[in-house]
Amino acid sequence: MSSETKQILTTDGIPLEVSLKKAERKNKIKAFLLVAPLLLFLIITYVFPIGDMLLRSVDDKMVTQMLPKTFKAMENWDGQELPEEEVFAAFHEDFLKLVEEKREGKLSTQLNYTKNGFKSIIKKLRRASKKFEEGNYKEQIMSVHKRWADVEYWRAIKRRAPEVTSQKYLKAMDMYKNEDGNIVSVEEDRRIHRVLWLRTLEIAFFVTVFCFLMAYPIAHLLATLPMKYSNLLMICVLLPFWTSLLVRTASWMILLQQQGVVNDFFVWTGLVADDNRPEMMYNKTGSYVAMTQILLPFMVLPLYSVMKTISPSLMRAGKSLGGTPFVAFWKVYFPLTIPGIGAGCLLVFILAIGYYITPALVGGASGTLISNQIAFHMKSTLDWSFASAMGLMLLSGVLVIYWLYNKIVGIDNIKLG
Amino acid sequence: MALPKYTEPHYRIWHYVYLTICGAVFFFLIAPLFVIFPLSFNAEEFLSFSEGMKRLDPDAFSLRWYKDMIYGTKNPWGLAAKNSFIIAIFATIGSVILGTVAALGLSSRHMPYKGLIMAVLISPMIVPLIISGVAIFFFMAKAGLAATHTGIVLAHIILGTPFVVITVTATLSGFDHSVTRAAASLGSDPVNTFMKITLPLILPGVISGGLFAFVTSFDEVVVVLFLAGLENTTIPIQMWTGLREQLSPTILAVATCLIILSTLILVTAELLRRRSERLRGINR
Repeated sequence: MSSETKQILTTDGIPLEVSLKKAERKNKIKAFLLVAPLLLFLIITYVFPIGDMLLRSVDDKMVTQMLPKTFKAMENWDGQELPEEEVFAAFHEDFLKLVEEKREGKLSTQLNYTKNGFKSIIKKLRRASKKFEEGNYKEQIMSVHKRWADVEYWRAIKRRAPEVTSQKYLKAMDMYKNEDGNIVSVEEDRRIHRVLWLRTLEIAFFVTVFCFLMAYPIAHLLATLPMKYSNLLMICVLLPFWTSLLVRTASWMILLQQQGVVNDFFVWTGLVADDNRPEMMYNKTGSYVAMTQILLPFMVLPLYSVMKTISPSLMRAGKSLGGTPFVAFWKVYFPLTIPGIGAGCLLVFILAIGYYITPALVGGASGTLISNQIAFHMKSTLDWSFASAMGLMLLSGVLVIYWLYNKIVGIDNIKLG
Repeated sequence: MALPKYTEPHYRIWHYVYLTICGAVFFFLIAPLFVIFPLSFNAEEFLSFSEGMKRLDPDAFSLRWYKDMIYGTKNPWGLAAKNSFIIAIFATIGSVILGTVAALGLSSRHMPYKGLIMAVLISPMIVPLIISGVAIFFFMAKAGLAATHTGIVLAHIILGTPFVVITVTATLSGFDHSVTRAAASLGSDPVNTFMKITLPLILPGVISGGLFAFVTSFDEVVVVLFLAGLENTTIPIQMWTGLREQLSPTILAVATCLIILSTLILVTAELLRRRSERLRGINR
């Protein structure tokens, strides 16, 4: 039998296999075209800008563009001793151009990041350079200030030659590249970012634990109570869930302030003296309490949706087979709720690790997280590349968790409300 | 949950301990919201209960802060409310259209790279808001849309679509595709089928996704803080500035209004959820 007779043909005379493939491809394209508008929109307005953050965070073109001739002349300099006249001449030429464009201030700020002490000597150089004579720039520049004759400062300039830098990432870990190009930590008392990273992890972790401990019993109650009671109690979970974050933070500010309701209550019960009211806000306690309450619904809802599917007869079977209620719970019920626990914990942890508004309002100085630092650099110091670097470090952490979440629960299993 | 008669005493005690714990957690969840109500009617300028309020003296209560919210000369709440509603409505419309169409494609079994695309579409919900804020700000600044309503609406569409995609794909997962095939066999074109058959059936999911998108936009503060100029101030921005600078009782009046609004949204969302479950034949 030849192969042609084996093939099944459609009425048009095309082999069925080809025709099916064609239809399949058509359906694929149709489905994709439906998704395309949103996908394209998100790629342009969201995914690319995150890529832009990556570029910004390693971008160090500023100095490279300000001193193009200097860096070209420095290419052959080994950095052992003071550079030759040609480097000084090129630097002088670049510098004159910068002074003309009134950009020498920016250069001094940038170079000062690399090594302290550039600010004043660049100011001096600007004043002196007006009287410079042609030729022998090395002597003239070195005579402006003794630091210009120090090879360390020229090495610092050369370190800014590459267009990309890991400096912002190192800074976010409280590290920097020293004169020899080794990566070292800053002094103990200036390691503010490490403290923030650790605190972010710590607060996110404990908020997750607290949420879990509080959510498990009530999710269980909601799942086992008869409908008419559980619907009523469900409102207690859903109303905060739908209420504005700022409203809930505001209510905690009222409750936790020194003259607030909680302190009034403590004084009334005699737990604390009126003149010795504890500070519960503008510190870590404030962040813990408010974040736990605000994130609690995100733990209750996944737990509830899993527990709802567990048949009560399983517990009865466990007990009838001789287990005490605790054994039946631990051996039968609890393992069945693990998918819900995973979903809830990862969701709360992801949300907590990037929290910004609540810690900024009730956290004070000791309760702020890395997000607050990012916002601070975006809005106050305008060091956007540093903010980008920290943001991306946070993002990579979240993506690892997101990936885990997908492995364990599956993205499509996220339930809302 | 009545206990059976034969329950041993120590389990009986444990049961009541358990109920007490649950009660305490429910109290912790809901009580903070109810502190705001009475304090927003405070006649005085303090944010704690005055002696008069504790005695339930009628003179200690007033509508002063509500009047201040509406008529106060320096209060920007009117402009903020107008902006918030305009931005939230347009952001909701945008999110619902883009999200529903994408969900239709995603729930087709022919969709290639489903997992990857779903991950991208949902990412604005998972990525911490502060990072989304920075990224969106960079985009809007480059596109010249910073400090415009358009920019904020676009930003909120980004943040709102994941909710629509999730709720609509969930609704579509229980959708009987034979009805659309029936419509097609009766000569209906795809657009007509969608409008007359599919949309009415998935409408509860679409609306509840829209509610999520609306609330997301209406409450959103992190991204708006980066994007908004003075003209684009919204209710959350005003609350944020108010809470940072001076906690005035006017904020509590606004907060009370917001709680009432969220109660309305909650009721709508719940009714929709039940209706959609009934339609999908899930009986609990």
